[in-house]
Amino acid sequence: MSELLTAEAVGFTRSGDLVFDPVDVCLQSGRALVIAGPNGSGKTTLLRLLAGILTPARGRVQRHGSLAFLGHLAAVKGDLTVRENLEFTARFCSRPGLPVNQALARVGLAGLGLRPARALSAGQKRRVGLACLLVARRDTWLLDEPYASLDDIGGELVDSLLEQHLAGGGAVALSTHQRQPRLEQAPERLLIRPPGREDE
Amino acid sequence: MLKSVLALLRRDLRLAIRHGGESLMPLLFLFAVLILVPLGVGPGPNLLSAIAPGMVWVAALLASLLALEGLFRPDLEDGTLEQWWTAPAPVGLLVATRLFSHWLITGLPVILFAPLAAQMLYLPDHALPVLLLTLLIGTPILSLIGGLASALTLGTKRGSVLLSILIFPLVVPVLIFATGAVSAVADGLSPRAHLGLLTSLLILALALAPLATTAALKLNVE
Repeated sequence: MSELLTAEAVGFTRSGDLVFDPVDVCLQSGRALVIAGPNGSGKTTLLRLLAGILTPARGRVQRHGSLAFLGHLAAVKGDLTVRENLEFTARFCSRPGLPVNQALARVGLAGLGLRPARALSAGQKRRVGLACLLVARRDTWLLDEPYASLDDIGGELVDSLLEQHLAGGGAVALSTHQRQPRLEQAPERLLIRPPGREDE
Repeated sequence: MLKSVLALLRRDLRLAIRHGGESLMPLLFLFAVLILVPLGVGPGPNLLSAIAPGMVWVAALLASLLALEGLFRPDLEDGTLEQWWTAPAPVGLLVATRLFSHWLITGLPVILFAPLAAQMLYLPDHALPVLLLTLLIGTPILSLIGGLASALTLGTKRGSVLLSILIFPLVVPVLIFATGAVSAVADGLSPRAHLGLLTSLLILALALAPLATTAALKLNVE
């Protein structure tokens, strides 16, 4: 079991104050990590730190493979069609995965490839985001609230995608406060706490 | 890495074509200036040939400025900008790619239609090559400086006013040396000093602007 991403005592400050108590994270291939915590506790911040979008103020993050980040925003261009968006992701991330048609069918959007992305509903946009994960092969998936705006079937779809990715040797870190992922091997949990007294 | 750059360039140009009207703005601006100013100042060949370099350059400047609001903001709002940090290519390279596509959309059309503009404004024939040369050297500087300013103003909701205030002092030297070179040739003098200074501005902007723009974008993504 190889380590795909490790973070040691990683923390982030906003105007000088720590956002959350610094945490250690270790993502191993085939394992999932659920980041838990109340609203505003810094789950998104932690995921963005791991993705490299934010630079840690404390500690350091080491990445040993390619990674995909799926945030609140679906990172989809509304003026392009669904298919064009996916084709872009496949090329942009340079390691092609599933063909676009198969990825669309997998996330339940078969036949919507030629629709402009702006005409999709929030849940459908979310599914396009999931399809983006499939069209380019990345080792580590960092998913911020992947169950948001998805229906029950969508939730099960996310679970099955996660299962498949983990079986293929990938690693996943995700934040959620609604549905918990139902996986064969129970994921590890990491609770984000507000900064402790020792940092004052 | 190269694949990411090409993918980004391709998508930027495809989006530009899809927003056809917006992408034609630089050319419309050029011709609006070319047609309206002679109506205002009178169509005498002497006067027009004297102000021709300045008019073409002001049009190039405004064309570049018009497209800046859409340079990074849409990407910040739909989340595609933060994806740049997880891409296999370094962010600086992606920033440079975006600036290049901005130049292709705003700078290149002006250069391509500058000979026609020069004819319409009675610019002496022997000054045309120098006008084209100044545009070729100068319009990339406009894109580079504009990119930096638009990255810096991403944090403000409607940054256009701030953007213009930031840009104008920085592009004044470009305008002075570029039009100076063309006027010098039209008067029978050598444009080398002006062109040399303009080129040094380009080198400075090429070296510093992408780095500074990347840093400014990072601040806004955080």
